[in-house]
Amino acid sequence: MAVGQRVRKKDAGALLSGKPVYVEDIAPRDCLCVKLMHSPHAHAMIEEIDTSRAEKLPGVACIVTYKDVPNVRFTQAGQTYPEFSPYDRLILDRHLRCVGDPVAIVAAQTEKQALAAIRLIKVKYTILPAVLDAREAKDNAVLIHPEDNWRALVDCGANNKRNLVAEGCDAEGDIEAELAACDVVIDREYSTLANQQTMMETFRAFTRLDTYGRLEIVSSTQVPFHVRRIIATALDIPKSRVRVVKPRIGGGFGAKQTAVCEQYPAIVTMKTGLPAKIVYTREESMTLSSPRHAMRLHVRLGAMKDGTIRAIDLHSLSNSGAYGEHGPTTVGLSGHKSIPVYTHNLKAFRFAWDVVYTNTMSAGAYRGYGATQGLFAVESAVNELAHALNMDPAKLREMNVVREGEKMPAYYGEMANSCNLGRCIERAKEMIGWDEKYPARAMANGHIRAVGMGLAMQGSGISGVDTGAVSIRLADGGTYNMTIGATDMGTGCDTILAQMAAQSLECSVDNIAVYGVDTDTSPYDCGSYASSTTYVTGMAVVKTCEVLRGKIVRAGAKLLGCDADDAIFEGDCVRCAKDERTVSLAEIANSNMMMNGEDISACESHGSPVSPPPFMAGCAEIDLDPLTGVVKVVDYAGVIDCGTVVNPNLARVQTEGGIMQGIGMALLEYPRMDETGRTVSNSLMQYKIPTRVDVGRVRVEFAPSYEPTGPFGAKSIGECVINTPSPAIADAVYNACGVRVRDLPITPEKVLLGMDE
Amino acid sequence: MMTVDFTLNGKRVSAMVEADDSLYKMLRGLGISSVKCGCETTNCGLCTVHMDGKAVLSCSVPAPRAAGHDIWTLEGMGRLAKALGDCLADEGAEQCGFCAPGLMMNVLALAKENPNATDEEADAYLAGNLCRCSGYMSQRRAVRRFLDGVVSGEWEKEEVQA
Repeated sequence: MAVGQRVRKKDAGALLSGKPVYVEDIAPRDCLCVKLMHSPHAHAMIEEIDTSRAEKLPGVACIVTYKDVPNVRFTQAGQTYPEFSPYDRLILDRHLRCVGDPVAIVAAQTEKQALAAIRLIKVKYTILPAVLDAREAKDNAVLIHPEDNWRALVDCGANNKRNLVAEGCDAEGDIEAELAACDVVIDREYSTLANQQTMMETFRAFTRLDTYGRLEIVSSTQVPFHVRRIIATALDIPKSRVRVVKPRIGGGFGAKQTAVCEQYPAIVTMKTGLPAKIVYTREESMTLSSPRHAMRLHVRLGAMKDGTIRAIDLHSLSNSGAYGEHGPTTVGLSGHKSIPVYTHNLKAFRFAWDVVYTNTMSAGAYRGYGATQGLFAVESAVNELAHALNMDPAKLREMNVVREGEKMPAYYGEMANSCNLGRCIERAKEMIGWDEKYPARAMANGHIRAVGMGLAMQGSGISGVDTGAVSIRLADGGTYNMTIGATDMGTGCDTILAQMAAQSLECSVDNIAVYGVDTDTSPYDCGSYASSTTYVTGMAVVKTCEVLRGKIVRAGAKLLGCDADDAIFEGDCVRCAKDERTVSLAEIANSNMMMNGEDISACESHGSPVSPPPFMAGCAEIDLDPLTGVVKVVDYAGVIDCGTVVNPNLARVQTEGGIMQGIGMALLEYPRMDETGRTVSNSLMQYKIPTRVDVGRVRVEFAPSYEPTGPFGAKSIGECVINTPSPAIADAVYNACGVRVRDLPITPEKVLLGMDE
Repeated sequence: MMTVDFTLNGKRVSAMVEADDSLYKMLRGLGISSVKCGCETTNCGLCTVHMDGKAVLSCSVPAPRAAGHDIWTLEGMGRLAKALGDCLADEGAEQCGFCAPGLMMNVLALAKENPNATDEEADAYLAGNLCRCSGYMSQRRAVRRFLDGVVSGEWEKEEVQA
């Protein structure tokens, strides 16, 4: 058995000995160093740009301005074509739309030379009025994308003449009538900010022309195949001229589902013919990247006195920033992956959204992808409802959460075919000691300890869209080579996909050599995002192995001289059922390399019409110091139903890591800009992610269900796990001191000021 | 440009640097891939190396200051580093791996200074080593097991067996 085992990650040895496996480690030594000149203004037009002095500096190889790039708009969002994100970017534009927007690309032999050259570029700007507040963006007289060649490929309400990236509404039942009939309506507004993924390896890529004159891009990306399309579009060259290779990635969390940096070295290589490399500084990664969409969420939650939740009305206003990357799609999850949690007694729902352009950093994909924002609002409203009804929020949830076998109208009408959410709640309560600790206890040192709860769901891939594939061949010696199109970004998909292959092929995980990703050789996979890899690519592994087993059996039968129907696959050999003779896998493989007409390999693709949600319950226990307002999570219990657990170690670490990021979002991480639109939380000093002393402990358990459409019963885990901390901690703070923080993060200032009121 | 002579992982080396280069930059230039840069503000700990037996942030040490000193990186740490790596791998604690070398160098320094460290003491010692993937709990378990093995001499036994 390989599935369900705590198998070490296949790349563990290399990663834990500091081997050169990341982009910067393997970049050619003679790469040009590419640096960007950034806009100092939130909204401006370049009137003049003079690069003549900069070009004369020693070492400078190439300076690119808006005059030198194709006038072809594209989106950096790594999504399946045709992308929902509007085509609203040029590699460099005369029109600058946020502080940090690139003004020029400079390539020199050394970083120092490139930075010196940037200082010599003279630019005259016309400063335009900036729209910094998302609430003022829609139909503002100031247009952020007035250009004529802006275009939306998909009809999602996008309109550049209204600063709209998307708008829409989904509803079932008569929401106003149901709310009017409810005994209690919680009517509240919540907000979340543009959190940074803060993966330890910042954005980076190098480019070169390969032996055949094609553009090779080696990038730290989650979406190699999308990068191929995006860069070809941006450079206005045929896709066939682009090859993308993904080595090891130092974390992604969605940040690298956007082609944030690849186009800059790419255009340098195309212009100079020379290899070029870009490595974002942490400051660039914090100011010109792809953070979470900041949202304002207005919830109306209607319930009866007995606690049955009858109606949920949600409006999400999402700030996409200067460009539309992931704008139309993230917002959808804010409702479609929050409202369905309360399907059981729900009579009506309405979910409406606006996604707007502003003159702030463009947002992107971040683990949770809108569900995190929506769940903070809906789960907080449920907690507020519990207090209004004087009910235990855990009991309120137990009454109302979706059950296995129920249809979820707010989740595109999908069925909850695997759902163990009730058990998640029950076990999380036991782990934290809910019944003894709810709501709060005064401690001897004057501090207050309190508990709070949040629930979550997510999807497993994008239904009807996401596609995963692997190819597996029987290799010399009787082992297997598996080529993967999905991108292991540290979470271990190379390993868990190998576990699934080993399970299907009845061999050791060591017998599966994995390789990925190279768009020239890997089978097409849309990439690792949307919690898709285990569920979607995992099924591709299962299908591929089925086909491969058939081929091995036929080849074995041929060697045994028996009928293929009598031949049985035994993992290390093929056996003839009639006379018990066997032929080993090694013999089959070896004979296949001599005068043979049939290749023993298979490549199957998979897509799913459904996206089965994993479910989770999280309970936070906090310690609040009433003198300072400082809140610390002393214990966090998370219980997740991700279907079958493929690798308990890796699933556990993902869950612990996701919870920690969620705690950071709730308490510590405070993205903010000044009144001119400049991001001031631009370093790890100002943008504080959790360290190992900031949180007491995080404990994780599984409450598995069996998902009938997933590989070995598995669903996803990667994103769901970030969603529970914000609402759980916000309610724990309320339970501790009566302060309800509806605008994240929950800073000591907000807690203290609230206590003073 | 100037020349810096120092000892790297037990071998005498010589590097050409500019006066304002960091030890980090010099080591990368010498092909040391284990040292990483995660910030420009001395917050992340990814570039941790040992200088004369003490953990330092190589981004914050001017390269010329290494002249005549003894520098060790993960590449040179031998069997104890391997044992620590095994503890981390058994927990799946490396995840993306980018922070691992810096963390490991600091854990190895801790093992020398205070192998009897409690979890709380170890967390405090390692607080400057950021990790965004793991949420630290698996690293805490791995460090516990490693330090216990240091105290019990388990890793030395392995060396004998090997």
